[in-house]
Amino acid sequence: MSQIFHTSTNVLSRLSIYGGVFIVALLGAVLYGIELSPWYTDVHVSREQPVPFSHKHHAGELGIDCRYCHTSVEKSAFAGIPPTQTCMTCHSQIWTNSAMLEPVRASYRTDKSISWTRVNSLPDFVYFDHSIHISKGIGCTTCHGQIAEMPLTYRAGTLYMSWCLDCHRQPEKNVRPKSQVFNPNYVIPANQMELGRQLVKEYKIKSLQNCSVCHR
Amino acid sequence: MSSNANAPDPNSVDLAAVRAKLAETGKNHFWQSLEELSETKEYRDFFEHEFPHETAKNPEGIDRRDVLKLAAASAALAGLSACTKLPTEKIVPYVRPPEEIIPGKPLFYATSMQLAGVAAGLLVESNMGRPTKIEGNPEHPGSLGGTDVFSQASILTLYDPDRSQTVIHEGRISDWGAFAAAIADVRGQQSPKGAGLRILTETVTSPSLTAQMRDILAQFPQAKWHQYEQCGRDNVRAGAKLAFGKPVNPVYRLDKADVIVSLDADFLTSGAGHVRYARDFSSRRSMETPSSNPNRLYVVECMPTSTGAMADHRKPVRASEIAGFAAHLASELGIGSATGASASVQGISSEWTRAVAKDLQQHRGSSLVIAGDEQPAQVHALAHAMNAALANVGKTVYYTDPLESNPVDGIESLGELMNDMKAGKVDVLLILGGNPVYDAPIDFDFGPALLNVKLRVHSGLYYDETGEFCHWHVPATHYLESWGDARAYDGTIGIIQPLIAPLYQGCHSAYEITGLLGSDPGKSNHDIVRDYWAGQRPEKDKAFEDFWERSLHDGILLDTALPATAVAARTDFQKPSDEPAKSANSPDLEISFRPDPAIFDGRFANNGWLQELPKPNTRLTWDNAGMISAATAQRLSLATGDYVKLQLNGRETKAGIMIVPGHAENSITLHLGYGRRRAGKVGTGPGFNANFIRTSAAPWSATGLRVQKTGDTYYFAVTQHQYIIDHEGHGSEEESDAAFHRDLIQVATLDEFRANPNFARDPNEEASRGLTLYPGFKYEGYSWGMSIDLNKCVGCNACVVACQSENNIAVVGKDQVMRGRAMHWIRVDTYFRGGLENPEMYYEPMPCMQCENAPCEVVCPVGATTHSPEGLNEMTYNRCVGTRYCSNNCPYKVRRFNFLLFSDWQTPSLYGVRNPNVTVRSRGVMEKCTYCVQRINAAKIRSEEENRSVHDGEIVTACQGACPSDAIVFGNINDPNSRVAKLKAQSRNYTLLAELNTRPRTTYLARVRNPNPEIHE
Repeated sequence: MSQIFHTSTNVLSRLSIYGGVFIVALLGAVLYGIELSPWYTDVHVSREQPVPFSHKHHAGELGIDCRYCHTSVEKSAFAGIPPTQTCMTCHSQIWTNSAMLEPVRASYRTDKSISWTRVNSLPDFVYFDHSIHISKGIGCTTCHGQIAEMPLTYRAGTLYMSWCLDCHRQPEKNVRPKSQVFNPNYVIPANQMELGRQLVKEYKIKSLQNCSVCHR
Repeated sequence: MSSNANAPDPNSVDLAAVRAKLAETGKNHFWQSLEELSETKEYRDFFEHEFPHETAKNPEGIDRRDVLKLAAASAALAGLSACTKLPTEKIVPYVRPPEEIIPGKPLFYATSMQLAGVAAGLLVESNMGRPTKIEGNPEHPGSLGGTDVFSQASILTLYDPDRSQTVIHEGRISDWGAFAAAIADVRGQQSPKGAGLRILTETVTSPSLTAQMRDILAQFPQAKWHQYEQCGRDNVRAGAKLAFGKPVNPVYRLDKADVIVSLDADFLTSGAGHVRYARDFSSRRSMETPSSNPNRLYVVECMPTSTGAMADHRKPVRASEIAGFAAHLASELGIGSATGASASVQGISSEWTRAVAKDLQQHRGSSLVIAGDEQPAQVHALAHAMNAALANVGKTVYYTDPLESNPVDGIESLGELMNDMKAGKVDVLLILGGNPVYDAPIDFDFGPALLNVKLRVHSGLYYDETGEFCHWHVPATHYLESWGDARAYDGTIGIIQPLIAPLYQGCHSAYEITGLLGSDPGKSNHDIVRDYWAGQRPEKDKAFEDFWERSLHDGILLDTALPATAVAARTDFQKPSDEPAKSANSPDLEISFRPDPAIFDGRFANNGWLQELPKPNTRLTWDNAGMISAATAQRLSLATGDYVKLQLNGRETKAGIMIVPGHAENSITLHLGYGRRRAGKVGTGPGFNANFIRTSAAPWSATGLRVQKTGDTYYFAVTQHQYIIDHEGHGSEEESDAAFHRDLIQVATLDEFRANPNFARDPNEEASRGLTLYPGFKYEGYSWGMSIDLNKCVGCNACVVACQSENNIAVVGKDQVMRGRAMHWIRVDTYFRGGLENPEMYYEPMPCMQCENAPCEVVCPVGATTHSPEGLNEMTYNRCVGTRYCSNNCPYKVRRFNFLLFSDWQTPSLYGVRNPNVTVRSRGVMEKCTYCVQRINAAKIRSEEENRSVHDGEIVTACQGACPSDAIVFGNINDPNSRVAKLKAQSRNYTLLAELNTRPRTTYLARVRNPNPEIHE
């Protein structure tokens, strides 16, 4: 009796086995790529806002302190989005006729809030707290990126759990002196690990990694 | 009636078998329910299966291929579910920021809530202007930081989507302006005398509202102000009148009482001042050392209440026979006609009464006799006379002027209004609060009589039975939306301060409505209250401003408690025993009515938290029932679940029968507030309307009841035999092991405790420590733990509702409760010991034990429940895939699973009630007590920022904060000076199922009873 399969089918079967493995792997790689892509994570994607507010101009060029607008960042979980009144402290005096600022003036006039598009957003089951990070020497730009260079604000990190844990596992990688927390132009020093370890000790920073720190 | 196909056959409880079992197991056996004793099928189901009542998934069974298909499909789908992008959110900041608000930080404001006129002081948490959680006000004498179920649940009523929202005129939507115009017309028509004007209110203790009423009465001298409160204090006032000639208000000092006798008084969980009384009472039950001297409580009552469960000696006696016992006791104390009072009361021997009298006499000046609000004036008068004879006045009890500004008898006052209405004398009737069409005595025929009134106005939170009968309905503001003032149990004025503007435009308070008739119509609610006090106080201008600010901050007007008045009690009681003696021997069945422990007089009927709250002792939810004793049920051949007609003097209502251990013989108790016709989506329907047979002549109890079976069965949702802890190790190989037979409740008498202070400790606990294969955890820094004092817990359920409110726990409904799916994270287990007639009752609050060797953690396949370095068993909802292994492996049965989408994600008004710091759980997720980890985290963050460690007492869990009796203490057990560590070091400390070596962080302090050594039973 002759063979049912010609010897050449060996090649086919090998190809299909390798192919199966590689196709699955490739699919996995593609999905992983999508997961990390800006399309999915919104990292480095500027959001359209009712007023094209520029952090580059206000925080970078004018040097306005972060806390002038984000007033509750040291006291509360929520950093605070400035009320229209805060914008109007300056803009009732300067650029009073700018068309770009009309939504701000309209809000002040009509008592209707400006509806900003959220840039940094976490799922509802995650409870992040700004104040404790600030008081432990984590700078604004550590998470929010080079805010002083953003004409329109975008998300600087994926805000994935692995991204959070990366720092929670090794806080010395990112901690900076408390005096530098609000410095938008802070440059990570060459001896960061050494400085970091010292600050971790000084600020009594704990490497908190258990679930209920953020989930509850 | 439920038509649940899975419902058990309730008739399977065999009382004879139960008695036989009780006789066999002896006096020291703890049991939870009749179902347990007779091992019904339903009990076995709940006992043997973690999740009974699951619908069969596939009747033909699943084969291996199906399993593989399902596994592959679920893996693929589980992966896909992660492929959703987060939706784009908007942030909407203020235009002009309000003062004080820091976004993300809660603020607390003091206010007061009235229940039947009596104010409870509260602190209300506000998140970004949204009230979310009720706490007690430590500054308020009626609270001292504690709360009750009603105030805890009131936050849900604020956001109730069924609340009335607009002014309604003859069934059509109208507005406040039109209503004000209509009232202006009334003013014109009724001037100058107001002969046809009547105002009906609930109990009013508010000085400013009273001033408004008096203003109206001055303008219209022939107008009349009536008051009716179904569950008010008419009998208390009548009793005081009988004893002292004036309706003074008795105020008790339970912290000073060594011996207390309750004559059908549930003073720990209902009535004026009960929150404070629970605190004072439990302060005398601390039992820090064996030499501590606890108080002793005797309770004679009809229906088993929380107070009865705390008693050292309890006697079940029909409500109408309490008077006989009171007279008997009084005569033993030398009051009244001693000769006439010897008629014995069924179930109470003369020796018993004598021993109680002797005990009282031995504690002259430190004893106390309390009569229940539902007992007739005679009993109150006797109690006052006994307290006077025992020299208790001025020590454990004092009397003040009445709390009520206009202390009239409610039924009398309503009767007067009735007669006027029937005679056509009433042109205009304003009904400000209350629901008389539903709850007026049935013989008044209130509804039809009301129709004789030419203009009927109703103000209430709901467009209810009464609203429906009125021309105008004005939605009332909730107390969290309005200004006001009200007196606490001792007369202290509490300020009612709004937390939020009225949610609906149509809502107006009684102050504003009466204002329309007063001399200054159109004045705002705030101005009415503030101007009244500005006129009353000696301080003026700036000084008043300061006084007012301080009062708002504290929630009370300082030093406004009513002073003690000197009164002399009559002691010339004449032959009080003759009348009750007759009924004592009468075989007539008695019915007694009581305010419901969960929904009170029906005003909370539409509150899901309260409807689903298992009531003390019966653990009944979503219904009231004809409560009856086992012996009487047998005599009448009734069983739990029999749907019967209750006939009384030609009137009739229907009810389901429920056998309650410890209920008095020949008596049925039916709680009020159920059988509502127009309460809302939640409250319309459940239970039976007791008002159909409740008359003005016998508002609280009546004899001559006839019970007629309909042949139908009614299914109750009772949680008593759900979540059964298998402490005897059924089905385990070590069943014979003595260690497995340790009771979950540890009790000793005072003498036993003194002889063996370590009675509660499990001798095998240390030995079991080495039984685990897992390495132990190290707890550096904080280590959270909880101690629950069973000697102090009065079983009031405030913790259950507080937890529900704090942790966004869903309401599931009657049908789901019957399937064992109620979601409460903390439950109050009730245990009985002794016979069916008069068992001892014990409460055991059960939150998650937060085991150090937690059985739940090791079985979770996805790491959704993990151990924290501080000893919490964390529950991470977003990881949970719903295998339910953890729940199956939990020996304490404290885990709850979202079988369906129980949380309401649709109703916008309910978004407001949620705690923003706790995830709202979805379907398919396990949940459980977290020791309020959101509060722990908040305190830890605060302390870290201030560079210190968390103070002892800084973290208060929701259950602890709500507890009126200070039974729950939470803290860091690594700190030997913390309160919780000290409590755990007490000799009464014990752990549940210690032999399993789960090492729970929640431990209990054993109960110590203080029986009278001269009473042998």
